[in-house]
Amino acid sequence: MESDVRSADVKLSCRNVWKVYGKNPERFFDGRRGDVGTEGDARVLADKLRENDLIVASANVSFDVKVGEIFVIMGLSGSGKSTMVRCLSRIVEPTAGEILLDGENLLAASKRELIEYRRSKMGMVFQNFGLMPHLNVLDNVAFPLEVQGMDLKDRRTKAMEMIERVGLSGREGSFPAQLSGGQQQRVGIARSLAVEPELWFLDEPFSALDPLIRRQMQDEFLRLQRELHKSIVFITHDFLEALRIADRMAIMRDGMVVQIGRPADLILNPADDYVREFTNDVPWEMVLTAGDIADPDRPVVAGMGQVSADTTVDLLLPYLANHEAGVKVNDAGGNYLGAMNAMDVVKALASGVPEPVEVMA
Amino acid sequence: MIAQEIRQPVIWSALAVLALVLWLASGSIDALAKFPADWVLAPTAVMNAFMERCVELFGPAFKAVGWVLEWPVRWAQMLLHALPWSVIATFFVLLGWFGAGWRLALFAGVSLLYMAVIGYWGESMNTLAIVLISVPMAVLVGFAFGVLGFYSERAKRIIMPILDLLQTIPAFAYLLPILILFGFGTTVGLVASVLYAFPPMVRNTILGLRAVPGEIVEAGVMSGTTPWQLFWKVRLPAARKQVLLGVNQSTMASLSMVIIASIIGGTNDIGWEVLSTMRKADFGASLLAGFVIALIAMALDRITYAYAMKPKEIDGPARSPWIVGGAVLLGVAALSLVIPALNEWPKNFVWNPAPAMNAALEKAVVDWRLWIEAIKNSAFFYVMLPIKIGLGQAVSPFTWGFALTPMLKAGYAAFVLAAAGWAYFRNRATLASLILLWGVVSFIGLTNTPWPALFAIIVYAAYVTAGRGLAIGTALALAFLILAGVWPQSVLSLYLCGIAVLISFVVGTAIGIWASESRIVSAIMRPIMDTLQTMPLFVILIPFVMVFKIGEFTALLAVIAYAIVPAIRYTEHGLRNLPGEVIEAAETIGCSRWQMLLRVKLPLALPAIMLGLNQTIIYGIGMLVIAALVGTNGLGQQIYIGLGDGDFGVGMTAGIGMAAIAMIADRMTQAVSRRRQEKYGLEVQAV
Repeated sequence: MESDVRSADVKLSCRNVWKVYGKNPERFFDGRRGDVGTEGDARVLADKLRENDLIVASANVSFDVKVGEIFVIMGLSGSGKSTMVRCLSRIVEPTAGEILLDGENLLAASKRELIEYRRSKMGMVFQNFGLMPHLNVLDNVAFPLEVQGMDLKDRRTKAMEMIERVGLSGREGSFPAQLSGGQQQRVGIARSLAVEPELWFLDEPFSALDPLIRRQMQDEFLRLQRELHKSIVFITHDFLEALRIADRMAIMRDGMVVQIGRPADLILNPADDYVREFTNDVPWEMVLTAGDIADPDRPVVAGMGQVSADTTVDLLLPYLANHEAGVKVNDAGGNYLGAMNAMDVVKALASGVPEPVEVMA
Repeated sequence: MIAQEIRQPVIWSALAVLALVLWLASGSIDALAKFPADWVLAPTAVMNAFMERCVELFGPAFKAVGWVLEWPVRWAQMLLHALPWSVIATFFVLLGWFGAGWRLALFAGVSLLYMAVIGYWGESMNTLAIVLISVPMAVLVGFAFGVLGFYSERAKRIIMPILDLLQTIPAFAYLLPILILFGFGTTVGLVASVLYAFPPMVRNTILGLRAVPGEIVEAGVMSGTTPWQLFWKVRLPAARKQVLLGVNQSTMASLSMVIIASIIGGTNDIGWEVLSTMRKADFGASLLAGFVIALIAMALDRITYAYAMKPKEIDGPARSPWIVGGAVLLGVAALSLVIPALNEWPKNFVWNPAPAMNAALEKAVVDWRLWIEAIKNSAFFYVMLPIKIGLGQAVSPFTWGFALTPMLKAGYAAFVLAAAGWAYFRNRATLASLILLWGVVSFIGLTNTPWPALFAIIVYAAYVTAGRGLAIGTALALAFLILAGVWPQSVLSLYLCGIAVLISFVVGTAIGIWASESRIVSAIMRPIMDTLQTMPLFVILIPFVMVFKIGEFTALLAVIAYAIVPAIRYTEHGLRNLPGEVIEAAETIGCSRWQMLLRVKLPLALPAIMLGLNQTIIYGIGMLVIAALVGTNGLGQQIYIGLGDGDFGVGMTAGIGMAAIAMIADRMTQAVSRRRQEKYGLEVQAV
């Protein structure tokens, strides 16, 4: 799956990254090399580190974030996902491994260079917003520009632009404490975008908001991304949120990556029981698309309708209920992929039922 | 090995028996009644020699520093005296106005007008001048150490114990070395007040910087700040409120130390005015001057607090008020050139009600003499004397109206035994043993309890409440007091402070409970407590000395007046801030008001109340030293003797002794409160 990606398309590459807290964890790594062998070897090392009273926050984490994609890291609390995103910007210093930004090793950057990277290439949104309580909305958004030394007029113009973009015009004189949670996070988003970064980190940005607002903000976030095409690392503990947003996602557990893939890949082929647990709660018909089910071998009957591959199954149900033969599925370019009928859908959905009822003969 | 659950009662009972036996034996063995004089190590001589050496070596350097430091104070005094009173008053009014609106402006205006009307303008300005110089110094020093302590864990580990020491050693005690090193002059007050005022700044700086949420710092880092930018643009502004609260506390500490330092005299400031008039029994004047101090304290407190709490405004319009303010000041200055009355307060406008007040007071004291005597005597005969010298001696025909016959003694013993027996059969063995101990000690009296017995009792109490570490520390501290030969004075301090704390705690908790149940009581108590807490300790003495004259009883009342405040505060705070769901649950179950209070609220508020007790003890010890001014014989008096004679050893021994007692009491009560908090999973905030 990863092999077909040309390296030019990769924005950020995380290679065998380890973060271990405790006394002198470097002694277990040869230099800063995180490549300790197979996945099994890594697991053995992680256990050994824990036996030595060290805390392993992330272990042997590898993934690529492609240009313009939303890459979601999903995991429960304590799975190491927040540590991981902080390693990517070196707010937290990784113990071992490599982080390549546009092919350059971030871990080799000097302090000065790192500040420069953060000033020009990265933006970050925080769970509890991380707004400066002493600055009003305008100055909060302008803050990253201020520390770069941009003059007052320019940075305020730029900040106003961003405030408009997130729909907060008119509130630029307010202080964070005077805003609702949703509004505060809009400020956080505007601030993170002020320097027009290529890489956008979002650490559980909507977790502190109530469900209705959260939904709204997710929609807005997707809208922004359609305009901006940033390369995004998005952290969440909410599997459904991950499914809604992700182009690709990684599931983390105990500091290790359990599985990486498109949301539908995870649902159809969960790597282990841990991943399957998550998928149990998911309304599959809302995640599976026609493309996931379409079968190229199914005979095409005259008069069959056709839909595009990214149509979710729930929207197809009424049509399939009335057309026994099924429907043709085309990809985005209009090329024929295969066909599917109601039974295919039932079979696909059935594969996700963990404990089927026993039916009497 | 005795089983865990009966070990405590057995040991307490053993201690009671030990006290009794040693007391009986002390009649024939002198060494038990009084620690033999030739065993005393006399650290005072060593300390004095050390100090002499210091003066020899560093004296000139200190004198030079003192000489340099004196100039800014002189300049500040010159400036404050040169400026017309109207300009200074207007300045404070404007400060209050911009800080918190017209109420504070009015308060500041009335306060300054009072100083002029009453004729203490010059003295007030002298005091203010020292504060004006010492606060920025304390704030700068405190801020620097605070930042250092924030960034370096190692530095913090060195700084914190020093702060503890500076804040627990009674203020009077460290006037002494400063006096010896720097020699007489305003510098002593300045240096003492900087030393006393910078610790709160350090604490608040560290606290504020630590409390900045991690995400805000990370947001700063991700914005691409350099370390320097991160500190000045993110950390410090985000910690602004706490840091400014530090400035507020430093200012108050500085003022209170400047007032205390006036005891060494020669400064012609307002603190000296209070003291000298008090010594002349000119209580009217003393009260009037004391009122000036209280007003300065309250005005400075409210103004600095207002600026700390004020939200930062958008930088556009905020500048204009200062321009207006400057213009108003210039206007007033110009006017005062034309109208001399605005420049210097006219002599014949000065109003001095002191003689009238003295006359009225004298009349009142004479008129109410019987009542005053009755209160004083009954407190003395029935409470203070028995605890001090024991029921065995205190009960006599002269005091109680009857003699303590052997019959009555037997009756007393039977009563104590019966009470202990009752507790024992109710399965409260520890309580029973404590009743026994109490019975023995109150019969013998605290000052007559043989020193080995008292030593053992206190060390064991430390062990029970806070474990082995504190027990060892306590043993060492008590050994120091015994070997330094100040054991009798220490016991006297313990006795007076003990009574004061007990009364403060009982009465204060009762008032606190009442205030928590009644909004009206709470609303009445709040300003009274605020005033008592901001007032320099000195001033609290005045009304009590006026009525009850000099003596232990007066000191007791003054200590209670000050130490009762935290007991009230913490009790009310604890009762009002219980988890709402628990209260709702209890209501749903159907608790009556009393059941709610006794079964639910009070047990849950116990950690907070214990913390109140802790503060009551600390306050009590703090006030005890000041109260020594009006006649007590404990360690406080020793400190004065040291200060009066310039005897470093004597003063310092007593000072360290006081600090040691305060620290032991602090650790014991803290430990109890912390255990409760952990058990309940509650966290009590300081009030």
